[in-house]
Amino acid sequence: MAKPAIEPGAVIDGFAVAERLHVGGMAALWSASYPGIDVPLLMKVPLTSEGEDPAAIVSFEMEQMILPRLSGPHVPLCFGTGDLARQAYVAMERIPGKTLFARLDALPLPYEEVRVLGGKIAAALADLHRQNVIHHDIKPSSIMFRESGEAVLIDFGLSHHDHLPDLLQEEFRVPYGTAPYMAPERLLGVRDDPRSDLFSLGVLLYFFTTGARPFGESEALRVIRQRLWRDPHPPRRLRDDYPPWLQEIVLRCLEIEPAWRYPTATQLAFDLGHPDQVKLTARSERLKRDPLTTVWRRRFNQGLTQPKPKADVAAHLASSPIVAVALDTTQGSEALNAAIRLTAEQVLATLPSARLACLNVLKLGRVTIDRTLDQEGSNKHVDRLVALQHWAQPLRLGENRLTVHVLEAFDPASAILEFAAVNHVDHIVIGARQTSLLGALLGSVSAKVAAEAPCTVTVVRPPRLAARNVPEEAGEKRDAASD
Amino acid sequence: MNKPGRAGGTSRLDNIVAEEILRLAIFADIHANRQAFAACLDAARAQGAERMVLLGDYVGYGADPEWAVDTVMDLIDRGAIAVRGNHDTAVGSSAESMNAEAQAAIEWTRGRLSAPQRRFLAELPLELTEEDRLYVHSDASSPARWRYVQDAADAGRSIIATPAQISFCGHIHRPALYSMSVTAKMTSFVPVAGVAVQLLQGRRWLAVLGSVGQPRDGNPAASFAMFDTAKREVTWCRAPYDVAAAAKKIRDNGLPLWLADRLSAGR
Repeated sequence: MAKPAIEPGAVIDGFAVAERLHVGGMAALWSASYPGIDVPLLMKVPLTSEGEDPAAIVSFEMEQMILPRLSGPHVPLCFGTGDLARQAYVAMERIPGKTLFARLDALPLPYEEVRVLGGKIAAALADLHRQNVIHHDIKPSSIMFRESGEAVLIDFGLSHHDHLPDLLQEEFRVPYGTAPYMAPERLLGVRDDPRSDLFSLGVLLYFFTTGARPFGESEALRVIRQRLWRDPHPPRRLRDDYPPWLQEIVLRCLEIEPAWRYPTATQLAFDLGHPDQVKLTARSERLKRDPLTTVWRRRFNQGLTQPKPKADVAAHLASSPIVAVALDTTQGSEALNAAIRLTAEQVLATLPSARLACLNVLKLGRVTIDRTLDQEGSNKHVDRLVALQHWAQPLRLGENRLTVHVLEAFDPASAILEFAAVNHVDHIVIGARQTSLLGALLGSVSAKVAAEAPCTVTVVRPPRLAARNVPEEAGEKRDAASD
Repeated sequence: MNKPGRAGGTSRLDNIVAEEILRLAIFADIHANRQAFAACLDAARAQGAERMVLLGDYVGYGADPEWAVDTVMDLIDRGAIAVRGNHDTAVGSSAESMNAEAQAAIEWTRGRLSAPQRRFLAELPLELTEEDRLYVHSDASSPARWRYVQDAADAGRSIIATPAQISFCGHIHRPALYSMSVTAKMTSFVPVAGVAVQLLQGRRWLAVLGSVGQPRDGNPAASFAMFDTAKREVTWCRAPYDVAAAAKKIRDNGLPLWLADRLSAGR
């Protein structure tokens, strides 16, 4: 099945091949163009001649199946594929710039820079997982950035699509991937858990902030397997000034048991976006690895690491939403806030992995910018945080599940909408407009939020007291019923 | 860009010379369920089906065998192709071994079908090939033995028994998709309804259909598949139908009650 090598100037299915940019272990990359497509293209051609690694073929097949189905800013746009039977290729958008691999010489990077990078990568993973795909090869050389800032994930040759056959499932006896970044469950053959990508991102965050890989560089299976029972040294042991919130995030990503990690990439992105809101647990203070008794229990009982029945990626994501509750702590009535709490309780009841973000908007006056406002504004800010905490207290949410936010804005609806978009909120719960002259004049915040939100919105009204006057409508109904 | 090319490693089969058919609708295990089959045919036509392919077991279990056979004959007159299943065979031959409920239903069915209808069923072929596709009721290694394709090993046995690149079968009433790589590694997959899967040229495939008339994968909706010969994409589809009406007719005709009850559970 040896095919003539591609030459510069060749035209394949209308794609004009220009220059060879790179030859890796699995594929060669060519620059290419196509009449009418005005972005630079990249043509990936697998190395499929005799004696090549069969993984190159299977990886190509996976990428050929998955990439054309992906969309959005976090993946290269796919323009065409060619089959192994003729000329195998995947033609895609060429992302300018270099991968994160180019930054390896500069490690460790400042914490703040890694926080921002990590947040972008987590957002990209969230978008990928929403499209039912698990990347399975998250590492610096799989990550690029657009000029507009978004992280772009590349190389889907080891990926898993929850709605498509997994051609890698029985292909290789050893798990295929990049050893230093591989999640422990991958060693047990699990390929359908999106939290495997969060583990790999945790490795990257650890490496980029400490300069050391948490599980070393070894490719030997004997060494790789140790991560099934052995936790890494806490970053604080390597760097005295390691922020507790960052250690909390990184070690949570690196939990051996997937259920102990962040449930979703969106929730990880949320914490990276709000470091002051990260709930610190014992993880954040740790200076040593787990005691040997714990390690032995993991190693010889294997209780935490048994393979589980097939998971459903979409169902998993749906079970771990971010719910935002918008509260008016000043002029909102007690009854409305109680009704909102009841609704929040009902929304959260069946979702133990859901998180609740309580929002309040501190409305800034457009005209009244005077000297006393700063002082008063910051006081108000604290008061409202306290009020939000107080409102949420009866919900008794666990440490990691509640955050409170006071947003300062001229327009409350826009502030809530922006918060929902930036933080990938899945569901907004908001009170209906109060029947007041002021509300009528200002327009309804809940109506605007319901109309423009990127997610589900529940508009809550307190139960209405029985009215004394029978409205006309009800009277008509009674007549109709007696016919 | 994945044109309907015929080149490739697989040999072409010319048992039937197909015209440029683009969208096939494929049905298996109809089992005399009129409501389910009618719903599937409507859904397939709505999706632009240009040709019907019928994978056997038109009768047995359900209470509308005459209508089912007449419909299959009519579809064939209009260009459909069909193979024979074990229940279709059992109508004409008491040598087929079956469980008690299936046997009771077959004996009842035999008394309902006319001689031409029974002859029609008996004369259907066990398998058909078209371009690089094979249609068979169950395992292709020995079609008359009606062995179930239950796992990757069964699928591998079927795939190596045929030169076709893509086989379509039914019989087990649960959708599945198996593939074999050039190095004979198998993959297995439970398809997601409504999601098209491209059957890549570099490997060989066995698409197992769910059942039109008696689904057993926990979903009572009738199951069929669409195949796009240009894109080489197969999509498993579900068609909800009037289960209560189909079940009532089974009970009204004195057939075993479990055959009615299982329809609403899809088991």
